[in-house]
Amino acid sequence: MNLKLLYFASLADRAGRSEETRDSAARTPRELYVEVAAVYGFAFTADRLRVAVNGAFVGWDHALGAGDEVVFLPPVSGG
Amino acid sequence: MTARRFRLGEEPIDVAAERPALDHAAAGAYASFEGWVRDHNDGRSVRQLDYQAYPALALAEGEAILAEAVARFRVREARCVHRVGRLAIGDLAVWVGVSADHRGDAFEACRWIIDEVKRRVPIWKNEHYADGESGWLHPT
Repeated sequence: MNLKLLYFASLADRAGRSEETRDSAARTPRELYVEVAAVYGFAFTADRLRVAVNGAFVGWDHALGAGDEVVFLPPVSGG
Repeated sequence: MTARRFRLGEEPIDVAAERPALDHAAAGAYASFEGWVRDHNDGRSVRQLDYQAYPALALAEGEAILAEAVARFRVREARCVHRVGRLAIGDLAVWVGVSADHRGDAFEACRWIIDEVKRRVPIWKNEHYADGESGWLHPT
């Protein structure tokens, strides 16, 4: 199924893009992160990230659906 | 009515224009925090920086923090504006304002809000150093 991913900060730099649509068999954000981390060589382990689907925080085992917007959020540094 | 206590700003923050949102006849105290861009971090000389946000979630999370502050502390109103985009040394990066009946609650809530914003809101800082390097900050 097609998933839309947004990338921010160092993850965007590393991926060389701020968004993409992927055809993925991942059923959860956990599976999807394993997939994209391998593609782009993300150094963060999942326990250092938070994940959001369709603009809200979710757990790593949240069930993904076609067309979902998924964002892996590296540690924040506002303020 | 949807409360909009937290905003992201592309333009310089005008504190004088923000403060009246906190006006309340029962409030005897106003406390604010201003976060400024400083010229050094972690031993390195900083020239300028960029803030990037995930807007949909940053707005929702910021709004949640301010609603929690109003529920948690005896305050009359609370507001926060955070800049995004490129900022120069000395620029106002984030402003928090709180009104309360008494100063203790205003100070406490203000401190709590800025701490929570820094901890939870999806905003990232990219520092540009004097030596030409730059780097996103991802505190552990």
